Amino acid sequence: MVSKSYIFIFTLSNKQIKFIAMKPDLFQAPDYYNMDDLLSEEHKLIRQATRDWVKKEVSPIIEQYAQNAEFPKHLLQGLAELGAFGPYIPQEYGGAGLDQISYGLIMQEIERGDSGIRSTASVQSSLVMYPIWKYGSEQQRKKFLPKLSSGELIGCFGLTEPNHGSNPGGMETKFTDAGDHYLLNGAKLWISNAPFADLAVVWAKDENGRIHGLLVERYMEGFSTPETHNKWSLRASATGELIFDNVKVPKENLLPGKNGLGAPLGCLDSARYGIAWGAIGAAMDCYDTALRYAKERIQFGKPIAATQLQQKKLAEMITEITKAQLLTLRLGQLKNEDRASSSQISMAKRNNVQMASDIAREARQILGAMGITGDFSIMRHMMNLESVITYEGTHDIHLLITGADITGEQAFK
Amino acid sequence: MKILVCISHVPDTTSKINFTDGDSKFDTSGVQFIINPNDEFGLTRAMWFKEKQGAEVTVVNVGESSTEPTLRKALAIGADNAIRINAAPTDGYYTAVQLAEVAKDYDLVIAGKESIDYNGGMVPGILAELTGFNFINSCIGLEVDGSTATVTREIDGGKESLQTTLPLVIGGQKGIVEEKDLKIPNARGIMMARKKTLTVQEPVQSETLTKAVSFEKPAAKGTVKLVEADNLDALIDLLHNEAKVI
Repeated sequence: MVSKSYIFIFTLSNKQIKFIAMKPDLFQAPDYYNMDDLLSEEHKLIRQATRDWVKKEVSPIIEQYAQNAEFPKHLLQGLAELGAFGPYIPQEYGGAGLDQISYGLIMQEIERGDSGIRSTASVQSSLVMYPIWKYGSEQQRKKFLPKLSSGELIGCFGLTEPNHGSNPGGMETKFTDAGDHYLLNGAKLWISNAPFADLAVVWAKDENGRIHGLLVERYMEGFSTPETHNKWSLRASATGELIFDNVKVPKENLLPGKNGLGAPLGCLDSARYGIAWGAIGAAMDCYDTALRYAKERIQFGKPIAATQLQQKKLAEMITEITKAQLLTLRLGQLKNEDRASSSQISMAKRNNVQMASDIAREARQILGAMGITGDFSIMRHMMNLESVITYEGTHDIHLLITGADITGEQAFK
Repeated sequence: MKILVCISHVPDTTSKINFTDGDSKFDTSGVQFIINPNDEFGLTRAMWFKEKQGAEVTVVNVGESSTEPTLRKALAIGADNAIRINAAPTDGYYTAVQLAEVAKDYDLVIAGKESIDYNGGMVPGILAELTGFNFINSCIGLEVDGSTATVTREIDGGKESLQTTLPLVIGGQKGIVEEKDLKIPNARGIMMARKKTLTVQEPVQSETLTKAVSFEKPAAKGTVKLVEADNLDALIDLLHNEAKVI
């Protein structure tokens, strides 16, 4: 018999509270091609630790937070303790100094729980800590990285603007030199972690139209972060705007190491790499749920797993997951050797998110009506993946990146 | 205080159990291994002594090289160093003899009261006998003050509190810490574990007193007949004539 979750309703201080007690998380990771043989013991240990943490801390509560469109802020400390904030940042700056495959496996396991929680870890690691580590001054690294690693500070990343999504180079946010500080004006949109971030890595143009990174801190006057509501996706993640109204940014908060569009795009390479792994996590969860359900669900006197159409779905799912696992592991090896190109990362992000999105839909079909309820994670993953396929370069833009790479012809414009 | 935590490398509780070699040997293929839960409760308590009382914690395992990831996990959780005695833990006596060689240098030896694979439950007792240490089994609470240990153990229908002196072997179980207290290793711990010492030492000569002859799995569940709640006659008939239990 298929196990179901139970809904408890109780009253506290005249307020009715609805609490969904989730089913136990029975997740078992598929490894059809014995990919584990290609991982080190350390990789497997960090993956298992993250999986255990997700089962203990994320799975029991995530559905309720998603239903309530609320970010489970209490998980931030756990993410920090686990080492999910800047796992590859060197230990001297408070990171764990792990390799890129470990980073990928952490992202995979967190997104197996929820893409929104993975987004928070991705942003903190690849879009906030990475630029400070790579482009920041030694003073900026020492000041911010240990606190970002420990979760004492939470960051966000401001690149996208209301009128400039796929074309970030057209950004309107700008700063001027006002003697002893810079004056920043403009607005950023669709910013994960914005509503509660202590620190924003903001990309803006100088008087010459050159893009630079600025570290904008919560306390700065003229800086506000209104929350974006009514999302049908990443509901357990906080998204918002960054508004800069004559914000005085101290000159020491400019990232000195790199400027031009290549600087933010370098951060996106790191984040997209993590997303490529993360999407496998979401796909594995959908597949695992659908496989278990198909074996338990009896129709016409036999499990639906014994019917040809359901087997076709499941067989195609595990094939696509296996292909993505191997593609991404190879990308991780290249990344460890600092040889992964932006185009290679782009291909993995596009392929894996599309793959996960397709699997979520097929898995939902296998679960029938049960698949649309919050009793199962599938529809939450499916809706989350609509954001994941859009952010950090849309699916279409990634096709054009591959297109430009193989033909030598840019087709963006 | 020097603490030795004995770690058994056991199959995950969700593993599918099969046997090979004419049902005389456990088939390890495709099985994921974990720290024996009873040992993990003990290890977590040892971490508490390390943090609060400055204890030095060593983990030890009798096992072949395939068990090293389990010891690395214990190091990542926070143990200071590890020893692997390079031998298959063939039976309880043999394992205890190997552990006794190491244990004699420690003040407190924490073992699980039994491993969840073979459930022998012999090692802590034999180990205490071989070392001449005091021994308390089935512990659900452990405090140490100087050389005095206060131990709570589970007894039928209640608890018993005992006081004894170090050196001491305890057989621990859930209650010595709770499940919520168990530590998940973090990225920094895993990186630090890289630098910690894992010593491999060869076993001492010892006999084994038992030999596994064969294993068998529980009988598969039979089919179920459902009887309508108001049809008691049919139920009695089935119990009497078919199941023959009444």
